[in-house]
Amino acid sequence: MPEPTSTVAAPVVAPSQRTTEPAPITPGAAPTSRPRRSGTRYVLRLSALIYLTFLLVIPVGLILWRTFEDGFGPYWTAMTSPSALHALRVTVIVALWSVALNTVFGVGAAVLLVRHRFPGRRLFNALIDLPMAVSPVVVGLALILIYGRFAPAGSLLETVGIRVIFSLPGMVQATVFITLPLVVRAVAPVLEEMGVEQEQAARTLGAGPWQTFRRITLPGIRWALGYGIVLCLARALGEYGAVAVVSGRLVDQTQTMTLFVEERFQNFDQPAAFAAATTLALIAIISLLLTKLLRPKDSD
Amino acid sequence: MTQLSPATAARPDTASDPAASGSPIQFRGDAGKRRAPTVLGGGTAMIYLSLIVLIPLAAVVWRSAEKGPQGFLDAVTTPDAWAALKLTIVASVIVALINLALGTLIAWVLVRDQFPGKSIVDMLIDLPFALPTIVAGLVLLALYGPDSPLGADLAYKQVGVVVALLFVTLPFVVRTVQPVLLELDRDMEQAAASLGAGSFVIFRRIILPNLVPAMVSGTALAFTRSIAEFGSTVLISGNLPFKTQVAAVYIFGQIESDNTTGAAAVATVLLAVALVVLVLLDLLQRWGARRA
Repeated sequence: MPEPTSTVAAPVVAPSQRTTEPAPITPGAAPTSRPRRSGTRYVLRLSALIYLTFLLVIPVGLILWRTFEDGFGPYWTAMTSPSALHALRVTVIVALWSVALNTVFGVGAAVLLVRHRFPGRRLFNALIDLPMAVSPVVVGLALILIYGRFAPAGSLLETVGIRVIFSLPGMVQATVFITLPLVVRAVAPVLEEMGVEQEQAARTLGAGPWQTFRRITLPGIRWALGYGIVLCLARALGEYGAVAVVSGRLVDQTQTMTLFVEERFQNFDQPAAFAAATTLALIAIISLLLTKLLRPKDSD
Repeated sequence: MTQLSPATAARPDTASDPAASGSPIQFRGDAGKRRAPTVLGGGTAMIYLSLIVLIPLAAVVWRSAEKGPQGFLDAVTTPDAWAALKLTIVASVIVALINLALGTLIAWVLVRDQFPGKSIVDMLIDLPFALPTIVAGLVLLALYGPDSPLGADLAYKQVGVVVALLFVTLPFVVRTVQPVLLELDRDMEQAAASLGAGSFVIFRRIILPNLVPAMVSGTALAFTRSIAEFGSTVLISGNLPFKTQVAAVYIFGQIESDNTTGAAAVATVLLAVALVVLVLLDLLQRWGARRA
């Protein structure tokens, strides 16, 4: 495509100016022929890389190095302490509940948004993104105002023996709030692109709505759904602010991994804080790799 | 996030969707069957959304207004609350502007430059989204804390807050500008070059106007994320009132000391600012879409 342009342009421009022209077509090829352009290019590249190095690479690398500088032993000891294991269990329970709830809601909401027309659809669409603009601490505050011991819903539930704040239900709810948009936003565009032809064909051939969904829709969105679930899981495992408010940060009771990191650090137990932080960082890196693996499949 | 709406808005006129075409006579039997699950599903989804998001947020706004407008103003303008809000807004504006410049630069380098290891750098950009915020804070404190190997102690300083916010907002501008830059037609640039435009003129006159919408929306998102940020600033800021305490940390402190009304007032301000920015962004995008 660029070729015809350059042949047309060739007689018009002077040779000296033409040298700058092919640059965008073959980036990186023979940089010596364009000293001025490649100069700015190196400056740009270098400043971007330096910024990323000092903001991202060195800090994260430093934590990994600090954790493992005395070998794997201290890491293992810190991570297998009863408090750390308990925190890990609480984290996993909260994350799995949140992911399960938001997967069901996410797929349902995506189908609703893409396949159906109903009054208030625009508003519904906008509201789904709302959690992204809300501070995690405000999420926690909101739940305390509703489900706190002196709040109407909270005292009502307390009389039936259900405690929301300072216990798992509240933590799950806070995490669900934070991760709400992720599955919807991963699934909806793929559903949109897929179109309705196959689903309609299935319906014409006598498939029920559930059968159509299970046989046609679900296989069509499975990569996007996987992508959304990984994003949601990673976010749920790493949630700190909302859970910090709602859980009451009770050590060995409602303490999650992120709360464990903070509590250990404040109590000058750096090895444990670093070990837990490294574990969370490794989970983040793995989920990042997984999302990279899942994402390109959408366009197929 | 918002790019969904134009695409979906274009769909209703495709007659292939019986629910959309809505001809009650022709599809009576079928429409009845289809509408029931829509109503049921829509109802369930709306109830879920209300229970999880709307009612709790309404409770925050409700609580903030409990003592009337004067009570709200008093709660927001206590010296420490006001200082926290001011720091949050100023730091977020600085962070948004740095992101605007460096995010665009990084996106440019990732799209137009070629160098070994580029795909790894590209992947690193998403790390701040994946990393728990408290880990981000700890990680920054390890390099820029009291025992910094660089000798740069930013802990308990306002610069430290800015660095923490820069860390967590890094992906926004990069990830909004990158796809636009990737899709950009090179023909115009080549035409400009063939007419004798230098690389700076090409960038300013040809490339930049195409990038501005993406740059603005990325910056706005970085700003809203910044004012809401909590986890990453907790450790590095040291939580000093009047100095390094951001609004989210102030709210946290007020909740801990059982002043939920004061917390709700500041929370409402944060919600309002975020809402205003997002609505402005939406209007701007629609205005831009109409012009194009």
